Amino acid sequence: MTTLPDPAELLPQMASALARHLKTRHIDAPRFVGIRTGGVWVAQALLEALGSREPLGVLDVSFYRDDFTQSGLHPQVRPSALPFDIDGQHLVLIDDVLMTGRTVRAALNELFDYGRPASVTLVCLLDLDARELPIRPDVVGQTLSLAPDERVKLHGPAPLALERQVLAS
Amino acid sequence: MTPNVVKRPLQLNAQGQLRHFLSLDGLSRELLTEILDTADSFLEVGTRSVKKVPLLRGKTVCNVFFENSTRTRTTFEMAAQRLSADVITLNVSTSSTSKGETLFDTLRNLEAMAADMFVVRHADSGAAHFIAEHVCPDVAVINGGDGRHAHPTQGMLDMLTIRRHKGGFENLSVAIVGDILHSRVARSDMLALQTLGCRDIRVIGPKTLLPVGLEQYGARVFHDMAEGLKDVDVIVMLRLQRERMQGGLLPSQGEFYRLYGLSTARLAVAKPDAIVMHPGPINRGVEIESAVADGSQSVILNQVTYGIAVRMAVLSMAMSGQTAQRQLTSESASEEQN
Repeated sequence: MTTLPDPAELLPQMASALARHLKTRHIDAPRFVGIRTGGVWVAQALLEALGSREPLGVLDVSFYRDDFTQSGLHPQVRPSALPFDIDGQHLVLIDDVLMTGRTVRAALNELFDYGRPASVTLVCLLDLDARELPIRPDVVGQTLSLAPDERVKLHGPAPLALERQVLAS
Repeated sequence: MTPNVVKRPLQLNAQGQLRHFLSLDGLSRELLTEILDTADSFLEVGTRSVKKVPLLRGKTVCNVFFENSTRTRTTFEMAAQRLSADVITLNVSTSSTSKGETLFDTLRNLEAMAADMFVVRHADSGAAHFIAEHVCPDVAVINGGDGRHAHPTQGMLDMLTIRRHKGGFENLSVAIVGDILHSRVARSDMLALQTLGCRDIRVIGPKTLLPVGLEQYGARVFHDMAEGLKDVDVIVMLRLQRERMQGGLLPSQGEFYRLYGLSTARLAVAKPDAIVMHPGPINRGVEIESAVADGSQSVILNQVTYGIAVRMAVLSMAMSGQTAQRQLTSESASEEQN
């Protein structure tokens, strides 16, 4: 069984990888957006690691999920809040665990309802390497392969900790 | 008069989620709070440049209005459209019923057109219940106002207005003023306020326009405006339906305004930061002075904005509860076959 990493140890190298990525793309003033809830925590920690005081946008993708007709509306939906105009901006989209890619698909759809960003860079703490859509992160803390019935949950906001969960069969 | 039986199981699915929205009677504080929280999120969607989310894409919402309405109909249409549903509106008062088709047949025809949801307004109390129970149990039915009985989405938009402007319900004094007897809005408001924990609900009006049994809502009755409005945080004015005037319930329009109209002077009796609400359409100079309706304490137009968000919340929650119920039913049916 693979051991789960400590998020605090992943963040410094994620911050420098992101800085390098943005530099090669000549992006000097990106806007940061976290996906509620875990992605927001990771985004806050990442901004801190970057020494940045940029405002953080928050997305709740509940209204954009593709499984609404199967699993219904998430009862704890909260408003999205983007404290900046995204038209023509370079965005850094941050989530905690990237698995099927469906959450990121929903987030991209929601972002485009706010405007037309110049680019979107995807950052995630963990990549579980189980994509069902052609979505690929630009910066990853760590890639893991789990058993089909395993999931990972992020606890936070401080300290951030990862927990392995086994789906009830 | 009011259909009080079978309400609770009818509105909720086996998991306690909303599947029809017929009345606030029997709904828990948790469920009402969930509606308000969801509506808060939809309110944010209304501020974007693209005011639309894809939740109900491919679903058909059918507004069936057996009684005239402008605001309720348009805000329901707008709510469904902002959820990406396809919407058709039927003003049945002007179509088949005048050719003799029954309510039952009209609805069955709409069901055959694969509508996923009905928003129903009807002049008879209990019409939405009847439809949800007997006509189309698999279609989510939303009550857009039935007779004197209930107008639950108006009740919830009033609650959202109060919560957004006053922060909560428990320590508020709320006065509902005017023709309580004929008002489905008053009934839904009182039920919601009671469920959400408001401890001081007051109703103000002439004896001829107050129904019996107001105690069941925990409401205190006043016949004098100055007394009833003293130190209240929220004033809900009701429309005086002019057609009631002929029934001899009121001496004259002028007399009503003199006794129960909300004027600047009367408003001064309430708390200085009291808000003034009205479900619309307002009759200027009949129940409310123009200076009050357009004044800084008026939140009447905010109510319209909140109404769309509340209706989006109710439409999406009922659609999701109805879908979940269908899955539960088909799962248990396939188990029986095995």
